[in-house]
Amino acid sequence: MTYSLIGKNFIPADMVAKVTGAAKYANDFQMEGMLYGKMMLSPMPHARVRSIDTSAAMKMKGVVAIITPDDVPQFPPPADPILYREPTFAGAPILAVAAESEEIAAAAIEAIKVDFEQLKHVIDPLDSLYPGGPDAFSGGNVANVRLPLQTVKWTAQDFQGFDQGKMPMGKPAETWAYGDLDAGFKKAKVVVERSFYTSSTSHHSMETRSSMAYWQNGKCYLFGSMQSQSIVMPSLARWLGVKPGDVIFISEFCGGGFGSKGSGYCELSMAGHLSKKANGRPVMLRMSREEEYLIGKKRAGFQGWVKAGFAENGRMVALDLYCVQDNGPNQGFWDFRNCGHSIQIVFQPESMRFRGMSVLTNTPPGGPQRGPGENQTAMMIEPIVDEAARQLGVDRVEIRRINAPDNDGFDGYDAKKVLTSAYLKDALVKGAKIFNWEEKKKLSGIRKGSKVIGVGVGSAFHAAGSNGFDGLVRITPDGKLHVHQGVGNLGTFSWASTARAAAEVLGYSWENVEVARGRTDRHLPWMIGQFGSNTAYTATRANYVAAMDAKNKLLEIAAQMLGGAPADYDLKGERIVSKSDAGKSISFADAAKKAIELGGKYSGKELPGDINPMTKASASALSGSGLVGVAKDNLAKRGMVPGLCAGFCMIELDTETGDFEIAEYLGVADCGTVMHPDGLQSQMHGGAVMGFGLATTERIVYDHALGLPANVQFDQSKPPTFMDLPKVFKWAAAEGPDRDNPFGIKGIGEPIQGAAAAALINAISDALGGHYFHRTPVVRDMIVNALAKRQQSYRPLQASTM
Amino acid sequence: MMIKDVIPGFELFKPKTVAEAVALLGQHKKDAWKLAGGNDSLSWFKDRVKRPKAVIDLTGIAELKGVRENAGGLEIGALTTLTEIENNAAVRKSFRLLADAAGMVASPQIRNTGTLGGNVGQDARCWYYRSGLPCYRAGGTTCFADTPEGQNREHAIFDASRCVAVSPSDVAPVLVALDAQMVIRGPGGERVVKAEDYFIGPRVDITKMTQVKDDELLVAVRIPATYAGAQFHFEKVTDRKSWDFALVNVAAAVKVDAGGVVQDARIACGGVSCTPKRFVAAEGAIKGKKVDAALAKLAGDSTGRGARPLNYNHFKVPLMANLVMRAVRDAKA
Repeated sequence: MTYSLIGKNFIPADMVAKVTGAAKYANDFQMEGMLYGKMMLSPMPHARVRSIDTSAAMKMKGVVAIITPDDVPQFPPPADPILYREPTFAGAPILAVAAESEEIAAAAIEAIKVDFEQLKHVIDPLDSLYPGGPDAFSGGNVANVRLPLQTVKWTAQDFQGFDQGKMPMGKPAETWAYGDLDAGFKKAKVVVERSFYTSSTSHHSMETRSSMAYWQNGKCYLFGSMQSQSIVMPSLARWLGVKPGDVIFISEFCGGGFGSKGSGYCELSMAGHLSKKANGRPVMLRMSREEEYLIGKKRAGFQGWVKAGFAENGRMVALDLYCVQDNGPNQGFWDFRNCGHSIQIVFQPESMRFRGMSVLTNTPPGGPQRGPGENQTAMMIEPIVDEAARQLGVDRVEIRRINAPDNDGFDGYDAKKVLTSAYLKDALVKGAKIFNWEEKKKLSGIRKGSKVIGVGVGSAFHAAGSNGFDGLVRITPDGKLHVHQGVGNLGTFSWASTARAAAEVLGYSWENVEVARGRTDRHLPWMIGQFGSNTAYTATRANYVAAMDAKNKLLEIAAQMLGGAPADYDLKGERIVSKSDAGKSISFADAAKKAIELGGKYSGKELPGDINPMTKASASALSGSGLVGVAKDNLAKRGMVPGLCAGFCMIELDTETGDFEIAEYLGVADCGTVMHPDGLQSQMHGGAVMGFGLATTERIVYDHALGLPANVQFDQSKPPTFMDLPKVFKWAAAEGPDRDNPFGIKGIGEPIQGAAAAALINAISDALGGHYFHRTPVVRDMIVNALAKRQQSYRPLQASTM
Repeated sequence: MMIKDVIPGFELFKPKTVAEAVALLGQHKKDAWKLAGGNDSLSWFKDRVKRPKAVIDLTGIAELKGVRENAGGLEIGALTTLTEIENNAAVRKSFRLLADAAGMVASPQIRNTGTLGGNVGQDARCWYYRSGLPCYRAGGTTCFADTPEGQNREHAIFDASRCVAVSPSDVAPVLVALDAQMVIRGPGGERVVKAEDYFIGPRVDITKMTQVKDDELLVAVRIPATYAGAQFHFEKVTDRKSWDFALVNVAAAVKVDAGGVVQDARIACGGVSCTPKRFVAAEGAIKGKKVDAALAKLAGDSTGRGARPLNYNHFKVPLMANLVMRAVRDAKA
C-alpha cells in the first residue's frame, strides 16, 4: 500500500523551537507576581510525622503559603500521597513552601520543625518477605496495581539455600500457567535453571518535573511536563480536588518522561495547591535534579528464578518463572506481570508457568519505565537462551527465529489470545543478513592484543497498541484541517505523525493541516498518552475513525448540495468531486461553511453517544466552527498488538581493563508499516542507547543500613554519553503490516531498548567465552572480576547494591 | 536531606591580584571559600552542605593563568583551564602525559571551565560525604562508607585512616609522575612543595585533600625538565566514556635509553588511595632493565601489596595491576 503521507518524512512544526531553545518547558514560564515553591523532603527512609511546626517560617518576611498533608487530598494506600504523613522513602515530600523568592522558600524550609518518629525500613524485597522482616509501609509489604495492599511473610524453609544464591520462592501473589510443564521438561534436551537479579533504574528525564500554577475564576491553570494532555486529566483533577473541567493543563513540550510522566504523577498538583493557599497567585515549583531522582519514579528491579527447557532444535518447550518485583513503597507498576508476558510472547514456550510477587521497599516510588518489566526480562532471559544454544550447538539467531512469534503466534498471558501481527522471525532473518551474522559470528573470541571480539543477538517485546479512544478533527471554512491531539510531545513527534493519519484519509496536503495540541483549552479528545509504545497504533486508529467520520459527512454534504448519493463522490485535492463528472465539485472550505449552516452532526452540535465525556466537552466547544469529525475507535482488534525488535551487536572488549567499545549495533523493528522514517530512526537510535545504559551502567544503589540513595545526580547515575555510542549504528524494519490498524502501523518505542540491552549483554558474555552474569547491569567491575576469575562483590541476589 | 537546593547567600569578592586574594583569605579565614571554575564549589553550595560567608572568586586574577617556559620545563598557572592545558603546544610537545590526562577529565564543558588548581584541589567525591552526612571528613565521628553495608565500590584500597575516600583527580597522578613542584602563596610569601607531598591523606588532616592552608593559594605548578619527552602512559578506566571519575587511573613517565633499558620511571595511580598512589616497587623493578611482557606483569603485580579492599572494591586490585602493567609494557625505546 502506498500512501501520500504515511511512511514519508516531514519536518514537524516544533522542530526548530526544540533545537534553538525557543520551546517553552514548564520551568520557562514566568508570570507577574509569581511565587517560588520549595519542598521539604524526608531525611529518613521510613518515618511517621508526629508534628509540624511552621510558626517560625510563617513569620519570615516573604513567606506566603505553606502546605502540609492536611492541605491536600488524601488517597487510600498504596496510591502515592501528594505530601507524606508517613514518609516511605528518603526524599518523600512532607510539605511545601511558597515565598517571594527561592532563597526565602529554602530558608523557610529550614526554619520548619518536624518531629519524626523513625520506623524500620527495608531496601531489599527479600528482607521484607523474610519471617519477621520489616514492612516498607505500616499497612503492608505487598501491593501493586490490581494487587491489594497486604502483608506477606514467607517461611524459613522458603529461604533454605538463599546464602548460596538459591532464590527463595514462597507463596506467590499471582500465578498463571498453560500446557504440561512437567512433560515439557521431560521432553527437553537441555534445561537451564538460574536465579537472577535485575536492578531498579532511574528515568533520567532531562526536564525535571517542574510545574507552575495559578487560579483564575475558579479554574486552575497548570503548566507541567507530561507525556499526555488528555489521559492525565481525570487524575489531575482528582489530585487538585476539582472537576476535570476546572483544570486547564498546559504542556506543549515534554523534556523526556520515559514512562515516569505517562499517565500522571500526583506531585504535578503541588504547585496548584500552593497557589490556592496563596490566593491564586502563580507559583513556580522548580524541581532540582536530585529531587527528580528521588521522587521521579524508578523502574522496578527483579529478583527471580527461571527454568527453561529446550528441545534439540532449540524450541523452548517449557518455561517456569518466579519473579519478585522491587516495587518501591507505592502502588507502582506491573513490571513483574510483564516479566512473564514478555517471555511468553517472544519465545512462545509450549508450556509455561508464571509466579510473581510485588514487594514494597523504602526506595523511590515505582512507575513504568520504557519497557517496564519486558526490558529487564530481555536482559535476563536472552542470556539463558544463549546458554541453551551453546549447549545444543544451535545458532543463536536460529534459536530465536525458531521460537519467535509470527502472525499465528499466541498471547498466553492469563488466557490464550491471538496476536494482531508478528514479524519477529522476519526481523531476525533480515537483521542477520544486514548485520552479516554468519561472518561476524566467526569473529567471536578472536583476539587483537588485549582485546577480544564478542557478538550478540537479542530480542524484546512490548504490547504496542490500544483501542477505544476518540478522534476529533475539524475542517474550518478556510479549508484547513485541524486535528485535535491529546498525546504529548516528548520528542517522538508522534503528535504530528499520527495526525497525518487523518490527513491521509481526507487526502489533505500537510501544509493545510494544523494540529491542535499542547493545552487542554485547545479542546482535545480523550486519547492515550505518549507512552507504552501505544501512540502510533492507537492514535492513528482514532484519527482514522474521526477522519472517516468527516469524510462521510463531506460526501453527504456534496450529495445534498450537488445531487446524487454520497457514494457518487470522492475526495480529491481537498475537494469533493463527482466520480462521473469531474467538473461537479465543491471545496472542503465550502463544505465546512455548509456544515455550519446545516448544524446537527455536521457541525458538532449532535455527537455520537459512545464518545468520552472529555471528547464530548471538546467537540461541543468546537461546534459551529466547521465540519466536525468525531468518533470513538470501534474498529476490530482481534487480540494483543505486539511491538517487537531484534538487536545485533559486536563489541571489542579489553581483557585487561574490562572496557569495551560497541563496534557495531543494528536494531530491526517489527513496527508494522513504517509511519515516519525519521521518527523511527531517532527511536531506534535513542532506544538502543538507553538500552546500553540499562545493560551496563545504570542502577539504583542504596546503603541498606541508612536507607539512603547513592545516585542522585547525572554523574552518579551514569546514563550513556555521546562517547559511548556504537561506531557503526544501523537500523532497519521488518515492514510487515499489522492486520488491525487501518494503515498497518504498530508501536515500537520500548522493545528497541530491550533488544539492544540484551544484544549487548550477550555480546559481553560472548567476548568472555560464555561467562553469564545473571545480574544486570553488567558493570565494569563485574567484568574485571570475571576476567580475573575473582568472586563478585555483591551478595547473591542482593538488591539495590553496587 | 530536608532541602538540598538553592544556593544560600554569601558575600562575593573578586580580587585582581594574588596579593589581594591572599589578604581576603587572611581576613575571612575559615569563612572564606576559594572559587575557580566552580565545578566543585557550586554543587557544594547548591546542596546547602557547605555554606561559606565569603566567596573569593579567583577567575579575575590574570597572573594565575597561562603556560610559561621555565628552566627547560613549564610553569602552569593554577587558573589555566584543562582545555587550555590539553591544547597547549608546549605541554603537548614535552609533557603529553599532562595533556592526555587533562583531556580526559569529565566532559568538554567541564574542561572548558575547570582549572588545573581546581582539579587537583577538588574535594573527596565519596557520596556519603557529598550528601552532607556527618562523617569524619565533615567533622563527625563515623565513616559511613566503611561499614558492613557501606556502598564503597569507588573507595580506597590503600591508606585508609577513618576516611576511605580516594583522590578523584585525573591530573594529580600525572603531577606526581612528572615530579611537579606546587607553588603556594600565603601571608608569609611563597613556598614550593613536591606534588607527592602536596596531596595529603586523612592521617595528616582528615578535612583536607592538600596541604594548602586556609589562608594560602596554589598559584602555579612547575613541571621540571626531568621527564620532558619521556615515554608516557595515561589511562583511565570508567563506567562510561565521558563525564565520569576514574575507577582507577594510571600515569607513568618512563625514560628509556636507545637500547631499550629503563633509566628512570615514576608511576602513580588515582582512585585507589586518598592521594595519588606512587608505586616505588614497580618503578624499582623496571629500572635498569629492558621491558618485556614478563617484567611489565611483575611491575603490575607488585602494586597490590598492602591493598586492603573494602566490601565492594576488590576489583581495583587486578585493575590497578593491569593498568600499571600496560603503562610499563607501553614504555619502549
